[in-house]
Amino acid sequence: MKQEELALKNKGWHQFSWIVSVGCLMAGLILSGCGKKEENTGNYPNGEVKVYNWGEYIDEDLIGQFEEEYGIKVIYDTFTTNEEMFPKLQADTSMYDVVCPSDYMIEKMIQNDMVQPVDKSKIENYKNIGTAYLKKMEEFDPGNQYAVPYTWGTVGILYNTSMVHETVDSWDILWDDAYENEIIMQDSVRDAFMVALKRLGYSCNTTQEEQLEEAMLSLRDQKRLVKAYAIDEVRDKMIDEAAALGVIYSGEYLYCKEENPNLAYAVPKEGSNIWFDGWVITKDAQNVENAHKWLDFLCSAQAAYKNFEYITYATPNLAAQEMIEEEYRKDPGIFADEETINRCEVYRFLGDDMDNTYYEYWKKVK
Amino acid sequence: MSKTKRLLAGPYLLWMIAFIIIPLVMIAIYGFTDKTGAFTWENVIAMVRPEHLKALWLSLKLAFLCTLVCLLLAYPLALILKAGGVKKGSFVVMIFILPMWMNFLLRTYAWLNLLDDGGILCTLLENLGIARFSIVGTNTAIVLGMVYNFLPFMVLPLYNVMCKIDDNVINAAKDLGANGFQVFWRVILPLSFPGIVSGITMVFVPSMTTFVISDLLGARKIMLIGNIIEQEFSTAANWNLGSGLSMVLMIFILISMAALNHYDKTGEGTSF
Repeated sequence: MKQEELALKNKGWHQFSWIVSVGCLMAGLILSGCGKKEENTGNYPNGEVKVYNWGEYIDEDLIGQFEEEYGIKVIYDTFTTNEEMFPKLQADTSMYDVVCPSDYMIEKMIQNDMVQPVDKSKIENYKNIGTAYLKKMEEFDPGNQYAVPYTWGTVGILYNTSMVHETVDSWDILWDDAYENEIIMQDSVRDAFMVALKRLGYSCNTTQEEQLEEAMLSLRDQKRLVKAYAIDEVRDKMIDEAAALGVIYSGEYLYCKEENPNLAYAVPKEGSNIWFDGWVITKDAQNVENAHKWLDFLCSAQAAYKNFEYITYATPNLAAQEMIEEEYRKDPGIFADEETINRCEVYRFLGDDMDNTYYEYWKKVK
Repeated sequence: MSKTKRLLAGPYLLWMIAFIIIPLVMIAIYGFTDKTGAFTWENVIAMVRPEHLKALWLSLKLAFLCTLVCLLLAYPLALILKAGGVKKGSFVVMIFILPMWMNFLLRTYAWLNLLDDGGILCTLLENLGIARFSIVGTNTAIVLGMVYNFLPFMVLPLYNVMCKIDDNVINAAKDLGANGFQVFWRVILPLSFPGIVSGITMVFVPSMTTFVISDLLGARKIMLIGNIIEQEFSTAANWNLGSGLSMVLMIFILISMAALNHYDKTGEGTSF
């Protein structure tokens, strides 16, 4: 999942999670005080697994279910951004057994030798994962050696059908004078540049400065039409009808549509970004066996379906997709069709220097 | 005795070392090194890059505007408060400070709700038949937000200094035949000068470096130098450049404060 979305999701739950964690702490103290601790370890004959995931990115019932079924204790921690997770694991990868970063971060972790190959023979349910997704993931994880996909989606245009009366099928509409002050752009470097680069027919992973320069100039030119640059607020502003068009992640679309039925989502014909969040097993994981069991459990149709119901992000699990209501499953906004996937590109990790160059150009836009 | 006195200063000294000196040294270390840790001037010189200069210039302009508006609003108020006597005055001052009891961020969010499209002001005007408008995302909105947030910092020093002006001095001037304007120009204004200087620094510095107000009320379309520095730390993860730019900004502010304090020879109104 994109870091910004998560930051947003976390906001509302921040207080709640505090209360929960304080509550858990107290409950834990009381339990251990009563000498139930020994009994607890007795419940988990197969040891433990340390999981590091995005906040609010799992149906928490599943954790209990896994503990019960497998007799493995789950130590569950969450992070808010890929960038927050990375240095923690870099310091000591044995801190966690399984982690769920995004595509480009998985690539960065592979390059930094922080993950180990997944033994797919130990993951019986791996067969549930759609091969089309795996093929796409090979762009950053050749041979699908390291990552097991968890969720995926696209970046596209969310628009209000009562305000936009033409077909939305091109990024060009975000440069159309008719929508002056009706456009909300993503305020993150890679996403904003992806829009401009794709519109110009370039790769969103370009490292050529001329192309970046051209994209920068076009974004600067677009600025006069832009109402706001936003991350979390795109969804609220679109629901409030404060703007006609907004660039957004497909994961937010279902929520927006349910709040405001006028909203529709399109992935432009020039192509866009397709993103994956996937599980990786850390290099120095202490519970490799259990980590595989955790992955096997999450790849089961039932668990993946439950997760979709809860977090509403598209699942790459075909068996779970079959359980999802047709209305959602057939909605190309939630589950992009194959043709759409084919014109989308995954973000690659471009190296620290290139990241910096992108950011310098972004400053010039503003 | 002097030893005990020094001991008493201990807690503050510790505080100062831990939270002022050490962070400043760290900023300097980051500012003068690159990612590999080698010495470089680059982060400091980066201030002259066009995109940074543009942001600096805009910050200066908006901070100047904000300070001017605050001064024009606060000075007459301080005069009126002085004329009204201490009892009435302190009540009005309390009302002025009242919003400061609330969190700064919340107050700025409130302004966002006031000014935004579909916000209170917008809806009101729409219902009155006046065209729908939104000033969020413009310099005006940012200056409005800054004036609202920083006005008390101008009112307080001015009110303080006004109260200190002896009525007898004013009466004497009047007895000697000065008219109202002369009393103001030759007596009140020079005597209130330290308050003006102090108010200006206290408004100018935070409005020069703000990034929250410009972020919220500028719809992220307007980058002030504070935003540039903040994003170097948060999104760009380039602490070295962020530190280098902050150092230049700090020096810039120090110079402007020194220049202002030059006029405040008595040092009465200074708050630093």
